[in-house]
Amino acid sequence: MNSALKLELGRRYRFSASHRLHTTHLTEEENNRVFGKCSNPYGHGHNYVLEVSLSGAVDPAMGMIANLSDLDAFVQRHVLEDFDHKSLNEDVSAFRERVPTTENLCIEIFRRLQSFPKARLERVRVEETAKNSFEYDGSNEEGNRP
Amino acid sequence: MVLITRKIEFSSSHLYHNPNLSAEENRRIFGKCNNPHGHGHNYTLEVTVAGDPDPVTGMVLDLKELKEILEREVMQRMDHRHLNYEVPELAGQIPTCENIARVIWQLLDPKITRGRLHHVRLYESPDLFADCYRNGASAAGKR
Repeated sequence: MNSALKLELGRRYRFSASHRLHTTHLTEEENNRVFGKCSNPYGHGHNYVLEVSLSGAVDPAMGMIANLSDLDAFVQRHVLEDFDHKSLNEDVSAFRERVPTTENLCIEIFRRLQSFPKARLERVRVEETAKNSFEYDGSNEEGNRP
Repeated sequence: MVLITRKIEFSSSHLYHNPNLSAEENRRIFGKCNNPHGHGHNYTLEVTVAGDPDPVTGMVLDLKELKEILEREVMQRMDHRHLNYEVPELAGQIPTCENIARVIWQLLDPKITRGRLHHVRLYESPDLFADCYRNGASAAGKR
């Protein structure tokens, strides 16, 4: 591969989940002020789109950075099975103590996919709705919100 | 620096097959993409050029000029063609999204003389794409 160029492979996935933005560190009033309708007690849901970007050498025999069937199986096992048609607050242990904002969702997904053995995980990008999206590339690992 | 992006679409056929591998291995690695008579996609290509707007024209480069380069280098080569058999630049390579994006970068880079080629994104479908940019360039502002 021409080392002057950097190539990435991008793949999009979809999952539907519910969440509620609420923290016991704040009073009910403060939760309502900060999170607005996202703090409604029974939660609500989104159709999330997850975009995964990988980099690495293109294997000359396969012409690929990573075989899509390997990536699809990995994302299915480590993210989609746990998140799709689930309550992020109730069903995903990482969000017992952490607010399931899409920022924190990006960080959690990045951590889960980082061990993909066939290529380097460059970043994850999550669309919560068609109007907002969030990205995380693993930098500033220590600076995550509680 | 300002980034300017132009999008084009082209339709091509291809198949994935490595003659150095057995039929079984080809099937295992490439799955249905190995079907012998090929299949096709509507590709979407996004090309981003970086530069400072010319103080007289206010343009990084004339979009018409970029459109002509894309027409000549990409559309005429790849649109309504079989990527395995009709595009010499891809000869000997598996025409994956990664390899096609790299070939497109290599075709466009020397032709873009106003501004500098910054990013190529090639969608094979809405859920699969390859990104190509200069090594060492920041990923920020790629979109």
